[in-house]
Amino acid sequence: MATIFGTPVKRREDPRLLTGQARYTDDMVEPGMVHMAVVRSPYAHARIRRIDTSRAAKMPGVLAIYTGKDMQAAGMGNMPCAWVVPNSDAKTPPYPAIAVDTVRYVGNAVAVVVATDRYLARDAADAVQVDYDPLPVVVDAVKATEAGAPQLHAEAPKNLAFHWKVSGGDVEAAFKQADVVVKDTIVNQRLVPNAMEPRAALAKYDAATDEVTLWVTSQNPHIVRFLLGLTTGIPENRVRVVAPEVGGGFGSKIPHYPEDAMAVFASKMVGRPVKWTETRSENYKATIHGRDHVQEVELAATKDGTILALRAKVWANLGAYLSTASTGVPTILHGLMLSGVYTIKNIHEDVYGVFTNTTPVDAYRGAGRPEATFLVERMVDLLARELSMDPVEVRRKNLIPPFTDGYAVATGLVYDSGNYQAALDKALQLADYQGLRKQQAEARAAGRIMGIGVCTYAEICGLGPSSVAGAVGFGGGLWESAIVRFHPSGKVSVMVGVSPHGQGEETTFAQIVSSELGVPIEDVQVVHGDTAQTPMGWGTYGSRTTAVGGGALAQAARKVKEKARAVAAHLLEASVEDIDYADGKFFVKGSPSKAKTIQDVCLMANVAWNLPKGMEPGLEASAFFDPPNFVYPFGAHIAVVEIDPDTYEVKLAKYVAVDDCGKVINPMIVEGQIHGGIVQGVGQALWEGARYDDQGQLLTGSMMDYAVPKAEHFPRFELGATETPTTVNALGVKGIGETGTIASTPTVYNAVMDALAPFKVKKVDMPLTPERIWRAIRDAQGS
Amino acid sequence: MKVPVSVTVNGATHAVEVEPRLLLVHFLRETLGLTGTNVGCDTSQCGSCTVLIDGEAVKSCTVLAVQADGRQVTTIEGLAQNGKLHPLQEAFWEKHGLQCGFCTPGMIMTAVDLLARNPNPTEAEVRHGLEGNLCRCTGYQNIVAAVQHAAARMKG
Repeated sequence: MATIFGTPVKRREDPRLLTGQARYTDDMVEPGMVHMAVVRSPYAHARIRRIDTSRAAKMPGVLAIYTGKDMQAAGMGNMPCAWVVPNSDAKTPPYPAIAVDTVRYVGNAVAVVVATDRYLARDAADAVQVDYDPLPVVVDAVKATEAGAPQLHAEAPKNLAFHWKVSGGDVEAAFKQADVVVKDTIVNQRLVPNAMEPRAALAKYDAATDEVTLWVTSQNPHIVRFLLGLTTGIPENRVRVVAPEVGGGFGSKIPHYPEDAMAVFASKMVGRPVKWTETRSENYKATIHGRDHVQEVELAATKDGTILALRAKVWANLGAYLSTASTGVPTILHGLMLSGVYTIKNIHEDVYGVFTNTTPVDAYRGAGRPEATFLVERMVDLLARELSMDPVEVRRKNLIPPFTDGYAVATGLVYDSGNYQAALDKALQLADYQGLRKQQAEARAAGRIMGIGVCTYAEICGLGPSSVAGAVGFGGGLWESAIVRFHPSGKVSVMVGVSPHGQGEETTFAQIVSSELGVPIEDVQVVHGDTAQTPMGWGTYGSRTTAVGGGALAQAARKVKEKARAVAAHLLEASVEDIDYADGKFFVKGSPSKAKTIQDVCLMANVAWNLPKGMEPGLEASAFFDPPNFVYPFGAHIAVVEIDPDTYEVKLAKYVAVDDCGKVINPMIVEGQIHGGIVQGVGQALWEGARYDDQGQLLTGSMMDYAVPKAEHFPRFELGATETPTTVNALGVKGIGETGTIASTPTVYNAVMDALAPFKVKKVDMPLTPERIWRAIRDAQGS
Repeated sequence: MKVPVSVTVNGATHAVEVEPRLLLVHFLRETLGLTGTNVGCDTSQCGSCTVLIDGEAVKSCTVLAVQADGRQVTTIEGLAQNGKLHPLQEAFWEKHGLQCGFCTPGMIMTAVDLLARNPNPTEAEVRHGLEGNLCRCTGYQNIVAAVQHAAARMKG
């Protein structure tokens, strides 16, 4: 039975998903349900002069139309920012769910229409007439901080939401000692998350009890409930939030969104269940974006390739308002990771969080760590090129030596465990790196444009100790909880506070319980996503579901086991210390034939006919797990690209990924996470990018204009693994949900730059489109 | 002004009156309550809404319900027969070809059409054949493996 842990068990969530029986939010129907559509601003910055709803109100099926003033008059609160980074002069200007007098980005809600039918609601929304006085617009974060730039919020002079710093060592002194300094300005472009399921919300308010149920596309229903209490004024214990089947999130379903509050408000006002479902074009404007950094970076080193110091200044575009977790992303999750996997003793970074007339930016897969890893890995490659060293050798020279018991980096973090050399060696071997370099020399001789890219990375996840969350300004805890409940028949229900939405924890969590307690995996049911059925938890993001939620679950299972051992001792008339356990059976040491199964014990605990004196009936345990540290998965990725010499299109020819996430519960699921992560990261390197014009119009406003990667863009990835367990949780597991995205962008970017080295091209901004590559080659050769 | 249509979906004929502008996908999801077919975009890029019309893969967000009048529509709900999963459903399960599952119905319906036209596709042919279906979770690798696995199984 113990072999269940570590085996590729087929997923238990799949049958309902494969047959169309799964129920996503938009699939839900409630009696009397009506539909909500949102009127959105076509201007990036404007005063609202007048909203005329008279024509729309007379249209067929229309029940009500509400504006920001109506919500305010009803006492609805503003959207809260749940992360205010300390010591950063942070500003949190008001963020009304529906704009009251000023709109600040294209897509900003101006009014909502409630109608009996989805199509009629849309018709009426289009008939709402809004008069705007356009205001000057700024979309670029650097320009927004300059004198004379249009100002978004009176509370935030120079459009600065914060100025955060991280410092370790003596950067100035290190730069003075340096033989070489390499510099770059890196644009980590804005991305659109594109979870395949657009957002949706269905609110059902019950006036008789003042209770509300919100079905919503969320990664963290307990957080939404907590915040919805603030925005709607309905006490938290009368709010039920359900995240049913959720079709991917990648961070974009973390925030408590304005539409959640609007749907609850509208349901309360019209007295009927109200459903809102986003269109994809609406999603591009109204759901958060990711990344969007401009980074000025300098790296100091000695001539043998030893890195001395890293200094950076970052402008992080936060969009028009502060989304739920937005300020933590470019600070804590980015700046603290600037040492990467290297012994960089001296680090300094200034991060400016900037308001612009664009869609709010928040966590997107990797959230801050891709921006940190790209920065470090790019600079290491530039150093290698400056010193004419192999990029692998520069990395090797600076890698943190293997450690199992904590390693403190200059930014103040203590990594849990790592063996970066082993991962790199394995990746080099899998890819046949020397062979690839030989092939490259031959390819170049034959006039082909081939490049090899390498990245070694570590990332911070398994968020995280709650004391740290508090210290860095996160407005919540980051522990997790689980309940393991044995029913009289021996079947088990597991209730967890995390809220997986595609990551497969209904399977991996059942594997944990099966392995810990010896019950068949089929007998374990995992319940998540419903605040009425599950204990408090902070949700699924930051690769924390298994590392923290699984840790809580293992603790609960072990508590159950201890109670079961006491019951078994009583039934076997032995003392507890004399009871052994193996494969779901308790027995007196040395007498495995006379055993009580976990099911025997469970039945007796539940009927309670014969329990030890003073013992409470039932076989159930609840556990809360607040991890003592984050976990730091790591690895090494290698990519080979070939660029078409006529069209300059980049073809990803080969991709090798070696990742170490500690102990593996289900290798099939781990590999699936890596595959998906790689594709998202490669998307950023080669194709994806949200673009605004200078008037704040989103030029990439639909899937027609924004390049979500497709199957035919990729070769078959070659995966390898090393296993360096963590001691942070009971299972030895680290997160794996984001590593692929974190590593693959710099890997592929470095490969393309390697390919372009003979043309003297040092830099092309992402995404590396054929046009940009062609221009870079032309410019480099012209100069 | 509603118009009468008669559409056969998964073997059952539905004679109803619909708005001329009603999209087939909303007819399936809201008129018939067959919510397995998902809507992932509004520009016919993502393929989540793919169904079969007279055996051919079609994006049902780009077809009006009235255009399906008199035709045979198969959705993901109609694929398993007598409680037995279709080989493609089995293969997606076996090969971990899905994560959040939202694109999966469309992906499978496209693959049904693909294998009907080419029962023995190469990996490259599968990747090309799925160009009209987006998945943001799996990185496609296991989807491609699942389609090839199903192809092998369907040949017997």
